[in-house]
Amino acid sequence: MIREFGTSELWFVVSSARWTLALTLIALALGGVLGFVIALLRVSRLAPLRWLAAGWIGLVQGVPVLMLLFLSYYGLSLAGLDLPPLVAAGISLSFYASGFLGEIWRGCIQSVPWQQWEASAALALSRAQQYRYVVLPQAVRIAVPPTVGFIVQLVKNTSIVSIIGVVELARAGHLVNNATFQPMRVFCVVALVYFCICWPISLAARWLERRMHVGRAG
Amino acid sequence: MSVVRVEDVHKSYGALEVLKGVSMQVERGEVVAIIGRSGSGKSTLLRCLNGLEPIQAGRIEVAGHTLDSSGKGLRDLRKDVGIVFQSYNLFPHLKVGENIMLAPRVVLGCSRAEARARAEQTLAQVGLAEKIEAWPDNLSGGQAQRVAIARSLAMQPKVMLFDEVTSALDPELTGEVLATLEGLAQAGMTMLLVTHEMAFARRVANRTVFMHQGLLHEEGPSEALFSAPQTPELRQFLAGGLK
Ligand SMILES: Nc1ncnc2c1ncn2[C@@H]1O[C@H](COP(=O)(O)OP(=O)(O)OP(=O)(O)O)[C@@H](O)[C@H]1O
Ligand SMILES: [Mg+2]
Repeated sequence: MIREFGTSELWFVVSSARWTLALTLIALALGGVLGFVIALLRVSRLAPLRWLAAGWIGLVQGVPVLMLLFLSYYGLSLAGLDLPPLVAAGISLSFYASGFLGEIWRGCIQSVPWQQWEASAALALSRAQQYRYVVLPQAVRIAVPPTVGFIVQLVKNTSIVSIIGVVELARAGHLVNNATFQPMRVFCVVALVYFCICWPISLAARWLERRMHVGRAG
Repeated sequence: MSVVRVEDVHKSYGALEVLKGVSMQVERGEVVAIIGRSGSGKSTLLRCLNGLEPIQAGRIEVAGHTLDSSGKGLRDLRKDVGIVFQSYNLFPHLKVGENIMLAPRVVLGCSRAEARARAEQTLAQVGLAEKIEAWPDNLSGGQAQRVAIARSLAMQPKVMLFDEVTSALDPELTGEVLATLEGLAQAGMTMLLVTHEMAFARRVANRTVFMHQGLLHEEGPSEALFSAPQTPELRQFLAGGLK
C-alpha cells in the first residue's frame, strides 16, 4: 500500500532529527571529554602515555566508524553485553569523536609557541598552571574552526547508525520513502533538515571566532 | 654576600659542549654585563641560572637555592629569579595588567587586590602606568619589553636576568628599555645582563664578563675591561665591534 507524503510523514521525518541531535550531543560530550584527555596524554612528558594516546588515535582513525559500530553492537552482545542500539550507537560515535578531537586538539596545544611555555615556566608556574592559565586559553582560540568542522562531519556521520536500526533522520527518510515512493520529496526534506542543523553551527563558529579576536587585534 | 654562585658548570646539547666549566659569583646589588660572540654560550648560561636548562655537572646557587643536575627545587628558585628574553613573550590572551598579575596570584597566592597593586606599582616603575588595560598586541616593541620586565618584577625577585632585551627593537626604542634597566640598577637590583650595547655595559655595569667558547675568558670592572682588555680575544672582539 502506497501512502501519501503528508504532514504526519513529514513530521515523522523532521521529528526523528531529535535522535540525530541527541547522538551528536552524546558523542560530543563523551568524545569531547575523552578526546581532551587523549590530547593531553598525547603531549605528555611521559613517553608511554604519549604512545598510548597515539595508539588510540591511530586505532580510531584507522578503522571505519561502521566497524566501531558493529564492534560495540554485535561484538559486545557476543561478549554477553546486550546493548540497546541507541547506547551502542552513542558509544561508538563517542569513540570516533574522541580519536578525531584528540588529534585536532593535540595540534592546537602544540601550535601555541614554545616561548609561552618558557615564559610561564620562568615565572614559576607549575605544569598544570601553565596549561590552565597560559596554554589552553590560547589553544582554545586556535581550536574553534577545526572543531566546528568536525562537529558538522559528526552530525552527518550519525546517519551511519541507521544500520543497526536506530531511527534517526536518515533512517526515517528511508522508511518514509519505502512507504511513499517519493524519493525526491522525502530526501530533499531530509537534506534540508541536515542543512538546518549544520548551517547554524558554522555561523555560530564564525561569530565565536570574531568575538574571540575582538580584544586582541584591537 | 654572593647572590649568584656558579661553580664549574658544564652544559651540553648532545655532543656539543656549550658551557665548559663556568664559575662566577655575583654580589648583592651588583650589575654584571655578559658580552661575547654569538654562540659563545651567554644565553645558555642565563637559562641555566634559573633552571630552564638542566646542567650536566657543576653547581649553581642563586638567591639561596641550589640547583644541581637533579633539577630539584626549580620552582622555588624561579620565584626569586626573574628572566626577560629578547622576544618579550607576553601572554597574548591577557591584558597587560592580567599578564603581570597572573604569577603573583597563582604562584604566590596573592589576593586580586594585592596582585593588582603590584601590577600598578611595577608598571609605574617601567613608565607604563596608563597601559594596564591595554592588550599586548597593541603595544610597541619597547612597551612590550617594558611590560615583560614589569611582569618579572611583580614577583619581587632577588635577581634579574636579561638576555639581549633590546636586540629585537628598533634603535629609537632601545633607549626607553635601557633607561628602565638603568633605573633598576640604581634602585639596587642585582642584575645579570647579556648585551651587545657596549656603551651601556661600560657605563651601567659594575663588572663585565667576556665569554668565549663556553668559558669566562676575561672579567673585570667594566671601565677597566673596556679601556684595557688583557686577552687578544677580547681585544679582537671589541675592535671588531661585531655581534
Ligand atoms: N636548544 C638547543 N639545542 C641545541 N643546541 C643549542 C640549543 N641552544 C643553543 N644551542 C647551541 O649552543 C651554543 C651556544 O648558544 P647560546 O644561545 O648560548 O649562544 P649566545 O652566546 O647566546 O649567542 P647569541 O649572541 O647568538 O645569542 C650555540 O652553538 C647554539 O647553537
Ligand atoms: Mg643569546
